[in-house]
Amino acid sequence: MLSLENVGLRYGDAPETLQDVTFDVAPRSFQFLTGPSGAGKTTLLRMITLALRPTRGVVTVLGHEVGKLRKDDIVALRRRMGVVFQDFRLLDHLTLYENVALPLRVQGREETSYRAEVTELLDWVGLGGVRDMRPNVLSGGEKQRAAIARALIARPQLVLADEPTGNVDPTLARRILRLLIEMHKAGAAVLVATHDLGLMDQYEPARRLVLADGRLLVFE
Amino acid sequence: MPSRLTTLFFPGPALDAPTPLAPADTVAGRSLTIVVAIMTFLAALCAGGAVLVANASAEWRGEAAREATIQLQTGKGRDIEADLKTAAAIAEKTPGVHSVRIYTRAESEALLTPWLGEGLDLSDLPTPRMIVVELDSTGPADLDRLRLDLIAALPDATLDDHHLTIARLGDMARAVVLATIAIFLLVLIALGVVVASATRAAVAANRDIVDILHIVGADDALITSEFRRRFLSLGWRGAAIGGGGAIGFFALAQLLSSQSHAGAGADQMQAMFGDFALGLAGYGLILALVAGVAWLTAWLCQRTVFQYLKDINS
Repeated sequence: MLSLENVGLRYGDAPETLQDVTFDVAPRSFQFLTGPSGAGKTTLLRMITLALRPTRGVVTVLGHEVGKLRKDDIVALRRRMGVVFQDFRLLDHLTLYENVALPLRVQGREETSYRAEVTELLDWVGLGGVRDMRPNVLSGGEKQRAAIARALIARPQLVLADEPTGNVDPTLARRILRLLIEMHKAGAAVLVATHDLGLMDQYEPARRLVLADGRLLVFE
Repeated sequence: MPSRLTTLFFPGPALDAPTPLAPADTVAGRSLTIVVAIMTFLAALCAGGAVLVANASAEWRGEAAREATIQLQTGKGRDIEADLKTAAAIAEKTPGVHSVRIYTRAESEALLTPWLGEGLDLSDLPTPRMIVVELDSTGPADLDRLRLDLIAALPDATLDDHHLTIARLGDMARAVVLATIAIFLLVLIALGVVVASATRAAVAANRDIVDILHIVGADDALITSEFRRRFLSLGWRGAAIGGGGAIGFFALAQLLSSQSHAGAGADQMQAMFGDFALGLAGYGLILALVAGVAWLTAWLCQRTVFQYLKDINS
């Protein structure tokens, strides 16, 4: 599913942000990636989402070695991943329905072919009643649930979440975690970057990956 | 409900159509529309001005070349009215002359009004008298023979065939047209620079959207095409407003020019710009400018988005 071997990354002449990072993510697994602020969690996630290339080492995503990917392959791989951001990153000029449907729309699918799917998913995350509203009038919890629905709609094999509970209260954080666990149970491999230890304690079966000073430790 | 015309010039999403992925109405988009409209208006004014001056200069030279003037000095105990008739008769017999008209004393004095002002009594001044000789447009007139016949009959008569004036008018017209074209080209360059800057700013304001589309699996072709379509619409709207404003300006100027012929100012304007009639070529040039600016806006947007995608892909 995902594999990193002796991966290093540096920006310009600065010291390495990531050093000798090695780990695997198995299909249908759930793991938390944690560490102090500035440890490199977001950088690591950006590398996995193919937004950054490693300066050394080998990254393999969904069976493809990143260094050998062509542009078309990158697009195809991104369509097999779902990404959730701390700041939601919804498009304010689209309705919630359109935001959630976005991954299917950019694949060129007709709206009629996914309407029922998107409606069902919005109901599942509790947003059926606000499907035609725009994100700028919704609460942080609603936005994050919409972002999760968007990450899930294309049935991704790998779900990456970067501090998904960073902007919501503890009650909503638990609800969002439950959604991520549901995604895992539905068959996706899930990697959640967070520095919220309380959140990690709520799901014991998850593996913990701890990133500190650019190095990664794995706790099975 | 929008009218057909409105829909034609300001196309929006069809009913029930999905919202465009590139946002339709943003502060940056509105600013770009205003910038494009103003620059297109200025460029269209320059283009129209160049066409008007070029047309008017051709008219100046044409009118001057179709006429010659016989001038007779008054005084010296001669019967000026008889001399005028003699000169007119000689002119009428000359091959290539279409018609002859003797300017009355009042008409001759009126020609001095722009220099001496109105209300002066010129009866004591030896105001020269004029005969306007209109030449055939079909063939050259024998002006050398006319000049010899006039001098033989009336030694004080002079014939002005306007060749010096035509040469000067030609030089002046070329200079004015070249200056107008130079200004038009400068405005076009300024338009390109300003529109490029405003387009880049508008695309930069939408960078988050490009990032999100990228991360959810949109390919580069889809992203650039969505933004190109959106910016073509913005560019078209701005250029249509600017070009439409310029067309309205010239149409209004033509209307006012046709209704107001009084005063030295109106005469000068008419001499410089004719009757403000741009003609099909002039209006065609403005419409081409509108289409060109809309295309330029879309092309600049496509280039900017493409470059940004290239940066984040590498």
